[in-house]
Amino acid sequence: MNTATLFGLCASLLIGLGLYGLLIHPHPLRKILALNVIGSGIFLLFGAIAYRGAAAGLGLSVGADPVPQALLITGIVVAFAASALAVALLLRLFEVSGNVSLQAEESADQASDPGSDPVNNPGAGEERR
Amino acid sequence: MTSPSSAWLLVLAVLLPFVGMAFGLLFGGRHIQRVALTTLALGLGVIGAIALNMLGNAQGMEYLLGGFAPPLGIALRADGLSLVMLLVVAVVITLVSLYARADFPAANSGQETRAALIFWLMLLAIWGSLNLVFLSGDLFTLYVALELLTFAGVPLVALDGRGATLRAALRYLLFALLGSLLYLLGAVLLYGAYGTLDMRMLAAVVRAEPLTWAALALMTVGLLAKTALFPLHIWLPPAHAGAPAAASALLSALVVKGSWFLVLRLWLDVMPQVVTLSAAQLLAALGAAAIIVGNLVALRQQRLKLLIAYSTVAQLGYLFLMFPLIFGLALAGQDSSSALSGGMVQTVSHALAKAAMFLAAGLIYLTLGHDRIGDLRGVAQALPMTVLAFALAGASLIGLPPSGGFTAKWLLLSAALDSAQWWWALVMLLGGLMTSVYVFIIVVRSLTPAEAGWTPQKNVPQYQQIAVLCLALASFLLGLLTLLPPELALDWVQIGREPLLLLRGQTP
Repeated sequence: MNTATLFGLCASLLIGLGLYGLLIHPHPLRKILALNVIGSGIFLLFGAIAYRGAAAGLGLSVGADPVPQALLITGIVVAFAASALAVALLLRLFEVSGNVSLQAEESADQASDPGSDPVNNPGAGEERR
Repeated sequence: MTSPSSAWLLVLAVLLPFVGMAFGLLFGGRHIQRVALTTLALGLGVIGAIALNMLGNAQGMEYLLGGFAPPLGIALRADGLSLVMLLVVAVVITLVSLYARADFPAANSGQETRAALIFWLMLLAIWGSLNLVFLSGDLFTLYVALELLTFAGVPLVALDGRGATLRAALRYLLFALLGSLLYLLGAVLLYGAYGTLDMRMLAAVVRAEPLTWAALALMTVGLLAKTALFPLHIWLPPAHAGAPAAASALLSALVVKGSWFLVLRLWLDVMPQVVTLSAAQLLAALGAAAIIVGNLVALRQQRLKLLIAYSTVAQLGYLFLMFPLIFGLALAGQDSSSALSGGMVQTVSHALAKAAMFLAAGLIYLTLGHDRIGDLRGVAQALPMTVLAFALAGASLIGLPPSGGFTAKWLLLSAALDSAQWWWALVMLLGGLMTSVYVFIIVVRSLTPAEAGWTPQKNVPQYQQIAVLCLALASFLLGLLTLLPPELALDWVQIGREPLLLLRGQTP
């Protein structure tokens, strides 16, 4: 087994772990972390591919293929921005509703439903719609 | 193929909205509306120039960034599909902006300004990233474009900052992130196998082998999660129904089409030799399930905006029915352009009609103070134009002549019969029937006279009603394009495209 294959296997393991975590854990923060694990797996895989040199097309014999490395940097920036946005939404959700469950949707909808109590509970946000 | 003299227009179409965003941030909430509308006017000029150029030369456009050719450089390419999407996005964004001038005014201070600032910035961001999705010729650039689109869409969902909408936005973000990661994984695998991410180069070297199948499956599933095709649609209704009307219109009419467009590109342009007819059938089976389930659930909704959101779930199903029809016709050695045109007309007419419906629902909400379907009395008295617009948009979704929906369904139905796949025709007809039920319920309820002495909660400006009516009329009259000679309308889709090759090594 050469180094590239080993890294490739590690990458698939990370992706698998991340997918499992994303599906199993109900807590949004864990889901965000799981997505980051998947992302790390993909970046590792990309790195392994760069190390191996592109199998076809470029025909580099020594060293690493620079194109995946350049793309990796972009990918990491995008993944960072995504995590930041997700965590910001999560924090705001906690501030507004006091919990971070994604499941509380039904009760929250009924609470702010102007149909259930149009006089007493119009909701500031509802007005602006 | 290339038209170098004016190909820089493609760069401008992508850059201009983002430059507008930068200026918007610079000038802040007071002037954001003026900045956005100016950018919009300039952008419309650019899109118009691209359209004139492509229609005049009857060929596609290509621009190599920095003059570097792929695989090292990145190409922007426009063909007929891109042109149609660029045009419809420009039209919808313009009319939604006209509508949103009243909802998101440039106020002086406080929360309202922030909502307005974010709305206009994200409107420009959505436009720029959609243009990038339609023009990019490179799988990694497309990944970035898709992520930009998500980042622009999520804040629009949570614009009013209530717990329920934040929750919907977070769910949407998680689905979309998983989708783009799966897409990226597929792209990485393809790069590892073929050493390029340029779509045209990839199409030339790609082989039907397990790795390619795995990559295509990963990318397709990822994109379907972003497109909200059944059964990955559960994030869409709360997200689209909870956003303010103008934002819902953008999300439902345009944003979901970005990832759908990419599925189309991958299947038709990058991997036509890899895709099998049974894979296309599977995609369409999910589409058919979306049509049936989406329409059934829509019928059970109590709230107008949720109903329209579920109708989007159903209508997205139609966009996937074209795949087996295209491949079926190509396999039988027939011209597959009618199925492709049908799918594109469906996309355009749905974009226009769905934007009109969400904006109409917004006006109805403002007038009544609620959007309960059971209690729509008096709407037609207060908002005659809006109810007319809703009915016209509904007619287009149902597929009544001469609407765009009718033309689309007619093209798809004849393609289904030509390629001996009658079962898709049944699904289309059944879906139309179910759509007609809820459109008629809403129109009839809103035509009921109000109680004596009832007054609207708020009078809506006339120009908002006119913007909604324009969108609905455009969708309704789209079908008249078929009366024109085909080279003036329906053949646009084929500009700069080669006819789909017969699949190698496969038997029908």
